Amino acid sequence: MDLIDVREIRVPTTRNEVRFAPGEIPLGGGTWLFSEPQPGVFGLVDLTALGWEPITITDDALIVSATCTIAELLRLPAQEGWVAQPLFAQCVNSLLASFKIWNVATVGGNICTSLPAGALISLAASLDATAVIWYAGPSGERRMPVSQFVLASRTNELAPGEVLRSIEFPLDHLRSRTGFRRIALNELGRTGTLVIARLDETGEVVFTITGGTTRPRQLRFDALPSATQLAAAVGSITEWFTDAHGSADWRAGQSARFAEELRIELGGTS
Amino acid sequence: MSTNPVNPVTPVNPVTQALTFEINGEPVTAAPQPGQVLRSLLRDLDHFEVKKGCDSGDCGACSVLLEGEPIHSCIYPASRLEGAHVTTVAGLGTPEHPHPLQQSFVDAAGFQCGFCTAGMIVTASTLTENDKADLPRLMKGNLCRCTGYRSIKDAICGVSNTDRPADGASAGSSVRAPAGLRVATGTEPYTLDVTATGLLHLAVLGSPHPHARIVSIDTSAALALDGVHAVLTHRDSPATLFSTGRHEHRTDDPDDSLVLDPVLRFRGQRVAAVVAETVAIAQRALRSIVVEYEVLPAVFDADLARSPGSPLLHGEKSAAESRISAPERNTIAQLHGEMGDVDAALAAADEVVSGTWNTQRVSHASLETHATRGWLDKDGRLVLRTSSQVPYLVRDELCHIFGLDTERVRVFTARVGGGFGGKQELLTEDLVTLAVLATGQAVQYEFTREDEFTIAPTRHPVRLNVTVGATADGTLTALAVDELMDAGAYGNHSIGVMFHGVSESLSIYRCANKRVDAESVYTNNLPSGAFRGYGLGQVVFAVESAMDELARKLGIDPFEFRRRNSIVPGDPIVVTDPHEESDLLYGSYGLDQCLDLAEAALLRGNGASAPEGWPVGTGMAMAMIASLPPRGHFAETTIELLPTGRYSISVGTAEFGNGTTTVHAQLAATALNTTADRMHIHQSDTDVVGYDTGAFGSAGVVVAGKALYSGARLLAARMVERAASLGFAGGSVVPEGVRVGERVIAASTLLENGPLLAAGRHDGTPRSIAFNVHAFRVAVNPASGEVRILQSIQSADAGTVLNPEQLRGQIEGGTAQAIGSSLYEEMTLDGEGRVLTKAFRNYRVPQMADIPDTEVYFASTHDDLGPLGAKSMSEAPYNPVAPALANAIRDALGLRPQELPMSRDRLWRMVERARASTIRRA
Repeated sequence: MDLIDVREIRVPTTRNEVRFAPGEIPLGGGTWLFSEPQPGVFGLVDLTALGWEPITITDDALIVSATCTIAELLRLPAQEGWVAQPLFAQCVNSLLASFKIWNVATVGGNICTSLPAGALISLAASLDATAVIWYAGPSGERRMPVSQFVLASRTNELAPGEVLRSIEFPLDHLRSRTGFRRIALNELGRTGTLVIARLDETGEVVFTITGGTTRPRQLRFDALPSATQLAAAVGSITEWFTDAHGSADWRAGQSARFAEELRIELGGTS
Repeated sequence: MSTNPVNPVTPVNPVTQALTFEINGEPVTAAPQPGQVLRSLLRDLDHFEVKKGCDSGDCGACSVLLEGEPIHSCIYPASRLEGAHVTTVAGLGTPEHPHPLQQSFVDAAGFQCGFCTAGMIVTASTLTENDKADLPRLMKGNLCRCTGYRSIKDAICGVSNTDRPADGASAGSSVRAPAGLRVATGTEPYTLDVTATGLLHLAVLGSPHPHARIVSIDTSAALALDGVHAVLTHRDSPATLFSTGRHEHRTDDPDDSLVLDPVLRFRGQRVAAVVAETVAIAQRALRSIVVEYEVLPAVFDADLARSPGSPLLHGEKSAAESRISAPERNTIAQLHGEMGDVDAALAAADEVVSGTWNTQRVSHASLETHATRGWLDKDGRLVLRTSSQVPYLVRDELCHIFGLDTERVRVFTARVGGGFGGKQELLTEDLVTLAVLATGQAVQYEFTREDEFTIAPTRHPVRLNVTVGATADGTLTALAVDELMDAGAYGNHSIGVMFHGVSESLSIYRCANKRVDAESVYTNNLPSGAFRGYGLGQVVFAVESAMDELARKLGIDPFEFRRRNSIVPGDPIVVTDPHEESDLLYGSYGLDQCLDLAEAALLRGNGASAPEGWPVGTGMAMAMIASLPPRGHFAETTIELLPTGRYSISVGTAEFGNGTTTVHAQLAATALNTTADRMHIHQSDTDVVGYDTGAFGSAGVVVAGKALYSGARLLAARMVERAASLGFAGGSVVPEGVRVGERVIAASTLLENGPLLAAGRHDGTPRSIAFNVHAFRVAVNPASGEVRILQSIQSADAGTVLNPEQLRGQIEGGTAQAIGSSLYEEMTLDGEGRVLTKAFRNYRVPQMADIPDTEVYFASTHDDLGPLGAKSMSEAPYNPVAPALANAIRDALGLRPQELPMSRDRLWRMVERARASTIRRA
């Protein structure tokens, strides 16, 4: 929809120009920003002309720029040994947004919108990816796990003036075995809860719960837990919430069920 | 006291930049506003084929191609367009040279209102042959509220469902909708799809409180802003009370509303309206209006609202003058009636079932939002182009409110983008009238999707206590219903919906002892209103659930139980008063066939199997509906022969996806021995015929259609007479004119001695009854609450089937909307009148993936009252679906859901609680 308070859209081409006046906010793809009224937003700083390489693969990481579109991420060809790569499509298909939105929406935009159902948050958190954040100003950056970047629905770690620069996925974790479960109140609806389990070559097991909780929650075990251990860990989560996409008790119940199913899938005994 | 925060926006000139890009291959230069999106820019550039359904990227009606890739143009910043190539549905093809998919949507009858069609076609145009196996996922970003998606899948896959009948053989065949290719190419104009110069826009300041009185209101700062032409408040409002709900008799609804009221009774109710040069200016100016409110106590629960001590919403109004049953206890309408002795019958019954059922608030979700554009024509007459099911009723009520003569007001509709009862209301036309009269200029008021959720009336939420009893032989002996309806803050439709709701839902049963207690009660929630089924769906859900449980207790098959206890010709059609005067007749009767057809289909099965470990169940329910509303529904029509041998038809009723236009063309073509494509239909305009009550209560075919058919037959006789007067007696009408032996007297010759035309009229009485039976086989996952519909069956008694494909589409669409109400859709409020579900992303209108194909069966009946034996069938298919689904889920789980929607979380909780209580007992 038209944003009636916006008086200017600036399109920086260098980091120096990435500055925010009061009332100015960053613009990624815009698919969320333009989907709701934004009272008090007087200016947008369009990050998509900065020339950030969408996808880079280094010796130890897959680096996805914040401005990489979801469609571009999905087009990444299957890489040898990345057994976790099916998660990309599984998570993207968990978005309520259709493939048409993926052509414009960005990975960074989905993460910075910080909705519980942000499926790119699920993806990045479950693989213990790192968020690279540019400080306000011409230089400097800080890094933190994506799983800790989102603090609550629509709330994240970005301070005023900071922008999310990229997401770094450790290649080690892309080589891990993973399992995926997800449910919504309708077949392809907005996520009610989404559980991803990851079994690393080191034997470490990480369950990541998103969608059903107000922020990503991770349960870590040195080895596959017993059913009782896992149930206790899921039971310790307090961030379940009720909204139009499911009640808190159902979200908790489904997450526990999924976690247990994934435990078995990854070789746990019943 | 509270005062709204003042947040004046410092006027700063927006930074605009001229951009050059291409639309459908044509170079364009434009300077969009900085915050503008591609959708609104395209429409500013007269590309009206790009629709606004949600403006939030959820519905897909605005889909276009950008560099060949599909996007949602409503969330794409126009600032990025430099050098871009944009393709809209109009760029894919034209009516003369359609894209294969455009032709395919017409051939498949892949649309009803057609408002989603442009976006559907644009999206589908990017799919490959392999993608067709994955349509539900790929098309999830395109919502259709009318069809139920089966016909859209057919269209995308190239399946044709329509035919081109021979001369005079139109009725009974699957004729294409006359507007088909225009809809599919984006060239059929809807309400706002027309260029205007000097148009002003209206925006409304909504009440921040659920109940308040305006103490003072200062509009001077808003009025002083550049581009603002007027600010309207209650001081400008006519003092005439009216109702937004519209009926043939204006006295059917309570007079409890004002155009602008100093008392606000729900959040979002109009406080003031700004008229300005752009929507953005008007919306920004709202913040400069300073209002001081006296906040009043409010009530949000219907039961509390009717209890002593509750705050009163309309307590100051006269019960008699405003036609409110008991304003002193917030009760708009009540019905208490009993025949026989229910308590005695229950005491004597062998089995009794008693329970409470609840239904939720549902949004119509027509893809075209409410909208009106108004202006003064060169004679100073007020003209309104509006999205309405009832242009004549709107005109008449505006004349009543504003003291205007009917000759001084013209109200018309273009094609309307969906209705479902939601446009049997006067929601935008009154404010536009006020604004046009105040400014003398053209003014437009367009609801946002958020407005549709927060201030447009919804389906009534209802609580029902039902008690039924039977003797061991399966005879229903007692039926008692206690209904409480949340009317919201105003009484529009709340009387009619209440009386209708407890009518055919109960009179379908032959039962000696019946009791009804129904009340419709004001609360400070947003108003409820007319919704497909008009109250029946809620009551049918509860009654058919209770009957299913009763049959179960008796050990009788549910189909058999209905056969034993439903009315058959000869039985009185009675709710609780055997002496009630009624014009309801057995014009035909097909319930027996409907029960047989659905039962046979269920027994036959369809081979679909359940996921492992999911219990399976079957369920059915039936519903009856009167073929049109009571106490008069009037239609006038004219039909005239043109020199080309074609015909010009004028009807008053509106087309909003109901398909009446197609059927009207078919009826006239049949009477005149020609083809439907030779009919030019002018419709839904107070200037084209004298009167039409409107397109509601499923009346488009049985009233206007019947009037037109009789007019067309009269015209045929007149053409033959004219030929005889020219010396060619004994002729018959043929497509070219009148044939006498080997000779054809051409239409142009017949017209040499003056015009040939005929009028047809119908008054909507007496009325017939129609029936629907729905059956389901479902699998339910007790671990998650997921319901998988394995088989969906509906049988319908529509009398003569005038257009099988269209009727199938109505039944599928009604079923889909009902599956939405049954499993997915729910408007949630916070308990203080605040709507929490304000966008499609938070309100689950079914997607393609959510709707199974439904097997549709028609009873073979011929109605004595309807045109060519036809009955209405547009609301009815909705009504039996929810209880049939509830009964199937009950069968699968052994537990009965009694609250809508039967969402996954609710069903899961029901299972969990039962398990917990079993464990406790053990």
